[in-house]
Amino acid sequence: MRASLLTLWLLLAPAMAAAQGFAGLGIDADDYQKPVSDRVLSFPADHGPHPGYRIEWWYLTANLEGADGKSYGVQFTLFRQAGAPPPEREGWANQQFWLGHVALTTADRHFYDERLARGGVGQAGAVAEPFAAWVDDWRIAAVGDGPATALGFGDLRLKANADGFGYDLRLTTDAPPVLQGAGGYSVKSDRGQASYYYSQPYFRVEGTTEIEGQTIEVSGRAWMDREWSSQPLAEDQSGWDWFSLHLGPSTKMMLFRLRQDDGGHFFSGNWIEGTVSTTIPGDDIRLEILEETELPGRRVPISWRVSVPSRGVDVEVHPLNPRAWNGTQIGYWEGPVTGTGTHDAIGYLEMTGY
Amino acid sequence: MNRTFWTLATLASHWRRNPVQIIALLLGLALATALWSGVQAINAEARASYAKAMGLLGGPEVEVLRPAVGTSMPQSVFIDLRREGHLVSPSVEGGIIVNQRRLRILGIEPISLPTAAAPEGLEAAGEADGVPPFLRPPWEALAGPDTLARLAGNEELPPRRADTSLPEGLLVMDIGIAQQVLGMEERISRLMMTAGTGLPAEVLNRYGLERVAATERDVSTGLTDSFHLNLTAFGFLSFLVGLLIVRACVGLALEQRLATFRTLRACGISARRLTIAVLIEVLALSLLAGLAGLVLGYMIAAALLPDVASSLRGLYGVSVSGTLRFAPEWVLSGFVMSTGGALLAAGSALWRVYHLSPLAAARPDAWRGAQAQQIRRGLWAAAACVAVGGLLYLFGDSLEASFIIIGCVLLAAALALPALIAAMLTLLGRAARSAMSEWMVADMRQQLPGLSLALVALLLALAANTGVGTMVGGFRETFLDWLDRRLAAEAYVRGTDEAQARAIDAWAAQQPEVREILPGRMTDTVFAGQPIEVRSVVDAPTYREGWPVLATTTGAWDAIFAGGGTMISEQLSYRVGLRLGDTVDLGTGALPILGIYADYGNPRGQVMLSLPQIEKDFPDARRMGTGLRLAPEEVGPLLTRLTATFDIPPDNVIDQAALKELSRGIFERTFAVTAALNVLTLLVASIALFTALLTLFDRRVAQLAPVWALGIPRRRLAALELGKTLTMAALTAVVAVPVGLLLAWLLVAVVNVKAFGWRLPLIPYPDQWLTLGLLSIAVAAAAAMLPSWRLSRVAPAQLLKVFANAR
Repeated sequence: MRASLLTLWLLLAPAMAAAQGFAGLGIDADDYQKPVSDRVLSFPADHGPHPGYRIEWWYLTANLEGADGKSYGVQFTLFRQAGAPPPEREGWANQQFWLGHVALTTADRHFYDERLARGGVGQAGAVAEPFAAWVDDWRIAAVGDGPATALGFGDLRLKANADGFGYDLRLTTDAPPVLQGAGGYSVKSDRGQASYYYSQPYFRVEGTTEIEGQTIEVSGRAWMDREWSSQPLAEDQSGWDWFSLHLGPSTKMMLFRLRQDDGGHFFSGNWIEGTVSTTIPGDDIRLEILEETELPGRRVPISWRVSVPSRGVDVEVHPLNPRAWNGTQIGYWEGPVTGTGTHDAIGYLEMTGY
Repeated sequence: MNRTFWTLATLASHWRRNPVQIIALLLGLALATALWSGVQAINAEARASYAKAMGLLGGPEVEVLRPAVGTSMPQSVFIDLRREGHLVSPSVEGGIIVNQRRLRILGIEPISLPTAAAPEGLEAAGEADGVPPFLRPPWEALAGPDTLARLAGNEELPPRRADTSLPEGLLVMDIGIAQQVLGMEERISRLMMTAGTGLPAEVLNRYGLERVAATERDVSTGLTDSFHLNLTAFGFLSFLVGLLIVRACVGLALEQRLATFRTLRACGISARRLTIAVLIEVLALSLLAGLAGLVLGYMIAAALLPDVASSLRGLYGVSVSGTLRFAPEWVLSGFVMSTGGALLAAGSALWRVYHLSPLAAARPDAWRGAQAQQIRRGLWAAAACVAVGGLLYLFGDSLEASFIIIGCVLLAAALALPALIAAMLTLLGRAARSAMSEWMVADMRQQLPGLSLALVALLLALAANTGVGTMVGGFRETFLDWLDRRLAAEAYVRGTDEAQARAIDAWAAQQPEVREILPGRMTDTVFAGQPIEVRSVVDAPTYREGWPVLATTTGAWDAIFAGGGTMISEQLSYRVGLRLGDTVDLGTGALPILGIYADYGNPRGQVMLSLPQIEKDFPDARRMGTGLRLAPEEVGPLLTRLTATFDIPPDNVIDQAALKELSRGIFERTFAVTAALNVLTLLVASIALFTALLTLFDRRVAQLAPVWALGIPRRRLAALELGKTLTMAALTAVVAVPVGLLLAWLLVAVVNVKAFGWRLPLIPYPDQWLTLGLLSIAVAAAAAMLPSWRLSRVAPAQLLKVFANAR
């Protein structure tokens, strides 16, 4: 059986899920744990997996400049999906499935690949301390056995090789992780859907990328998102448009809209200044589509006007490569973007459900 | 109205008047097609199953790796390779005994499994709401329908789901649950990966892995091919018999209609139109019969397939599914055979129709005048066939040539049969004492040309039966004897690694009931441009006395154990042309060949060295299971103690006696298939005889009327007719036995050697011949019953008419 087939069963299973972007999210939470607003996240413990929740991810995006003067975008994602609620079963009986996505984007090329694996035997998994998250040889992990710095994310190595491309990057930071939403509790709809969500947007990156056997020295910055939940989407939500933007050395902004079938989309975001993260109210976020592009089988908005009046942000966001479509089993657009206007921004855009 | 239509209608009126003739024609052709297409269907199904079985173990698109030592490896090898970026997929394999029968367990990891290696049922097993049942409790397993039925009600194994693509006796389940079922927790047997992405040699060495060669995984080689060759030969022979029926029917039907043809020609129907009409008729009949034959063939195949399936499983471990699937290849081949055969059979008749002069007298019996000449011509043609066959035997060297030789022999026998029977009748005539018996012999000789085709059909059926029966019998005795010798040890034990293997050998040496310990090693190498195996042998009575040696020199074993010689397998000796006294050099010095041994079923040639020598010359040679010789009743307790002492997977311990008993039982079912085909071929021949007798009936009246007029009652005449038919059938059987033996000899000593590289001894089975002789008489009796009965009831007026009609 192809891995893809299983991916379909696992992630596309509910009939409506295809339209829901990252699927499985619309199923009843039932026997899974549910996020609560007053939980205090603790590090490095929360870097590890939370198997009592249905879905979880480690999501890293990097905006890099090569020694050849070109711009590069790197994505590494590890999804964990539970096939059954707790208790956790041992060995091959373990109910966790792990899905890895890797991608590398330049102005004219976009590479992606995916891997699926079962938990319980060591082929894929994550541990909190020393931090590591991996599927096969795609791996992000703390360097060395020394004491953890920056609450566990201080010094990481990210390495992945796929057909035709790969990367080997060192990620360092002195800053502690930043909590998204309200203290790490991120509301996803007006009806109470929510997830735990924190980020590390301050990574400095040094390393190499490789395209078709050619190695390029790269450097730049990276942003890691950690999120877990059991039911983040409401039934009428069909996908999302999500931005992570570096607006300055210590100014970052994350915002998203969850598209609802009735057109009344749910907006939310966080404004990050140093270690302080503040929720941006939904009515303070304006997203306007400037340009769409035609991809096989779909139209995707790729240029946006993003404005947050209360923060004095008004930028036009354009992709490095409009064709940064990850044609994985569940396809989505994920690519590096730059913004001009009130700020010179750089970051990543993710759009699901198209 | 169209002229061709009316011509056809006129032609068809003959069949309306002679319904039995057309029924016999259709039945004969249909049965012949049925045998042919049934055999094709069985072969096609078996091949499809081999391909699938190969796919499961890893087809050509899949590369398979196994531990270089032992039969299993730690699961961590899989994890470590994955985490190095090598996209391998683990599997665990083994056998358990359920209800006294062996059940093969294959545990796979469906997520990493290469697509090409996946069983069909896995894709179908998906459910709409999340994790497929294969991957969650209670861990649903997949099994073929036969296996499902066998395991019905079993609560200990996981629940099962049907997957028709799986071979019988195999249960496919998730690797995790398979490890539990097999008692192989944290261990795996093989690794698979998509071909072309292979691991570097350095990685293979580091993890102690070796590639499993595609030839080793190809289950369709060796004995199974031999089995299919037999089936095909059977199908072809029965088709030949069928052709003779068609030839008899079509020929007679045309013969009887010569008057009609002449009238039609006189009415202005051109020779061309008439020929076309006859052609259309033949084609229509053959299509109709072909269709019926296909349906019958499907039924034959469906009925025999379960037996074939279990035979093949016995021969080579796994394979054929017991259910038949529709495959276009054998349907097509069935139609081609039926129409092609009918045209071939009708060819000479068509030629005659085309050249028929409208003024020719309608003398249907004219050809009989040429009887003596015809018999002589047949003898010449037979002699020519023998000459061609003889030349091919002397100078031909290919498998094709061997088949042509068989064709020549059969054709020669068929052509010479009338002459041989005529000669035997002459002898009988000399022995005749009374007027009545003299008349009988004379009448039989007179009847001979009309019956000769049917008798030829009977001859071929009997010869094929004798030939194949002899071959299969020899095959059985040889194979079972060989099985006993090659798997002589009562128990086989495989260590999971070298250290454990040595420990087990040492442990076994201290067990009082163990008479002999037979450790072994094997490796692969290339010799004379072909991949061969090198295996070891130790100094023990089991080898010295029991090894299936075909040819040897005195003192061979002493020399081999002293490192001064080798034995090679029969296949290698035929293929490379090596004989006793020649030398073999595997790059470690030339060794004289002191013996040649049987190694049936092995597609590769083999060289045997003493164990110390193989350890010296091939230090990488892998361990084989160690054979233990002890009294059969001690095997169970010993193995129990062994598994209590060593941490050893149950599949590494084999109680050989139980396994051998099982395969012997299964092997016997092969012969059930052969027997069924035997009966069918004879049935075809009996229909041929029946047709011929029936069509001759009208003419017989003319010859019998004078005898009746002399005062012999009709009832007596009918009995005499029956007796004459039986006599001719018996005479045919007398000719058939030597022809069959020759056929058998060609199959075992020529075709087998060319096709597979080994020769089977020819063992005569006189009781088989007696049975066949009686059977042929029974067949003749059945065929002659109706015509004789009709004769006994024929109206005296009709007999009197013979004298009234000036013929």
